[in-house]
Amino acid sequence: MTAAPDLAGIAPVLDRLCPMYAILDAQGRVVHAGPTLVKLWPSDMAIGQTVFGLFNIRRPIFDGTMQGLLRLSGSKLHLSLRAPPHTDLKGVLVPLCGPQPDEGGRYAVLNLSFGISVQEAVRAFSLTGGDFAVTDPTVEMLYLIEAKSAAMEASRKLNQRLQGAKVAAEEQAFTDTLTGLKNRRALDAILTRLMDSEQDFALLHVDLDYFKTVNDSLGHAAGDHVLQAVAAAMVDETRSVDTVARTGGDEFVIILSGVTDPARVGEIAARLIARIERPVMFQGQTCRISASIGAALTCDYDVPRVPRLIEDADHALYAAKHRGRGCHVVYEPQAQADWSVGRNADSCPH
Amino acid sequence: MHGLVNRAIERFVRDTYGRDTWLGVMGQLDLGYSEFESMLIYEPQVTAQVLNATSDALQRPVDEVLEDIGTYLVSHPNTAAVRRLLRFSGETFEDFLHSLDDLPDRARLAVSDLTVPGLELADQSADIYCLHVYNPHGATVRFGPVVLGLLRAMADDYGALVLLDYLNRTQSCERLRIHLLASAHGAGRAFVLGAS
Repeated sequence: MTAAPDLAGIAPVLDRLCPMYAILDAQGRVVHAGPTLVKLWPSDMAIGQTVFGLFNIRRPIFDGTMQGLLRLSGSKLHLSLRAPPHTDLKGVLVPLCGPQPDEGGRYAVLNLSFGISVQEAVRAFSLTGGDFAVTDPTVEMLYLIEAKSAAMEASRKLNQRLQGAKVAAEEQAFTDTLTGLKNRRALDAILTRLMDSEQDFALLHVDLDYFKTVNDSLGHAAGDHVLQAVAAAMVDETRSVDTVARTGGDEFVIILSGVTDPARVGEIAARLIARIERPVMFQGQTCRISASIGAALTCDYDVPRVPRLIEDADHALYAAKHRGRGCHVVYEPQAQADWSVGRNADSCPH
Repeated sequence: MHGLVNRAIERFVRDTYGRDTWLGVMGQLDLGYSEFESMLIYEPQVTAQVLNATSDALQRPVDEVLEDIGTYLVSHPNTAAVRRLLRFSGETFEDFLHSLDDLPDRARLAVSDLTVPGLELADQSADIYCLHVYNPHGATVRFGPVVLGLLRAMADDYGALVLLDYLNRTQSCERLRIHLLASAHGAGRAFVLGAS
């Protein structure tokens, strides 16, 4: 690797202290390359070439001559290999003072390092621990990168599993297990969200009629079957943007998103009741139930609030029940005496 | 105990004896879960319970199981990361031995809350060493046998020929004897700095 005999003293020292370096002559030719630097090219091809042919010295800007480069002595150089894989390097050039004072400036040492691209470089040039100076923390840095990546990967997997468990737990926490509908907790969350985003909606409080009779005469299994059929019917009769929740034994709440027309609420309520009144078969027995519905619309309030809305829907439900089973009532805050009432049985107008 | 320790026992049993053996061990303990998370911390007694149950299930003494875990960690493909991280310690098995003192710090650099035993290498002659293994305070596992298994596998990995013995133990310290017969006896396994 060594060409110039007058470098016999310094080269072995530098080979150990900073193995990725080159000694350049006054023309910028490589007269000696450190053992690690040699590995950046196939065989010994670096020797005899100029530093400008081997490297693209990008920063600082200079005139491209050896004299120009020498003026940058001591500054941090940004360079890259001209040959693939064009690895980025950091470097510093220091003039070498020879044994005789007049030899000063004849040679210069260019010491190099991979900087941030060390991981790819180590792979590209198949470097080992022995290619770095004993005092160089590069190997420790590579260890750290790998150790942290492994730890990060383990944490990432844990996060994924926790995320999956969280979604499942939330799903479970927000679902009524018998019907698969949303439960009260989910409903509260949805109502809060709708309120926060100031979206209008209609809230329908649905209470089943004659359900207790089915439960008492045909048993709980029949009751459960009816509840599931009712749940499916309600989901079927509403849009995917609407919400159907089971809030009690035979009580449900439906939220119709974006609905501001009481007449439309009346139509939907009438359709729901008609659908719920369809007989449900359970083990050869016919189960017949009906439903009463009380509704309230956010658009009827200057500043809608959830407790008030629910309370008014309850009042409307109470009024519907009061007028007989299978009725629906839409609450009207301005004209309490003249609520819009619908009766499915005799198709009375709202 | 750090989840990594419990997870190591789990991976060892599952990869060596199968999932059913592992589920048998965990089922017996009734902990409410059957897998350990590497990055969580568990009650210290759980580790001892799992080890004892594993020893019962395999019908082998705890120390033998621990030693096998040490070997497993270095030699099994599923825990290749451990072997790689250990190989960063030195170019030769001798280098590796001399950097054992740094191992707890290296482990902490990787996972800050992981406590591993303190290690101290004493040279007795040119080729005979005594390794002191100081178990962490309150540890429910003795790490001595694990280190023994690990050294055995690392010697193979470097291609070194060594004789390893478990000498003795006191309350907090276990002593291992390492006789390095040949530093480069076999081919060993290749180690490249840059992971692919």
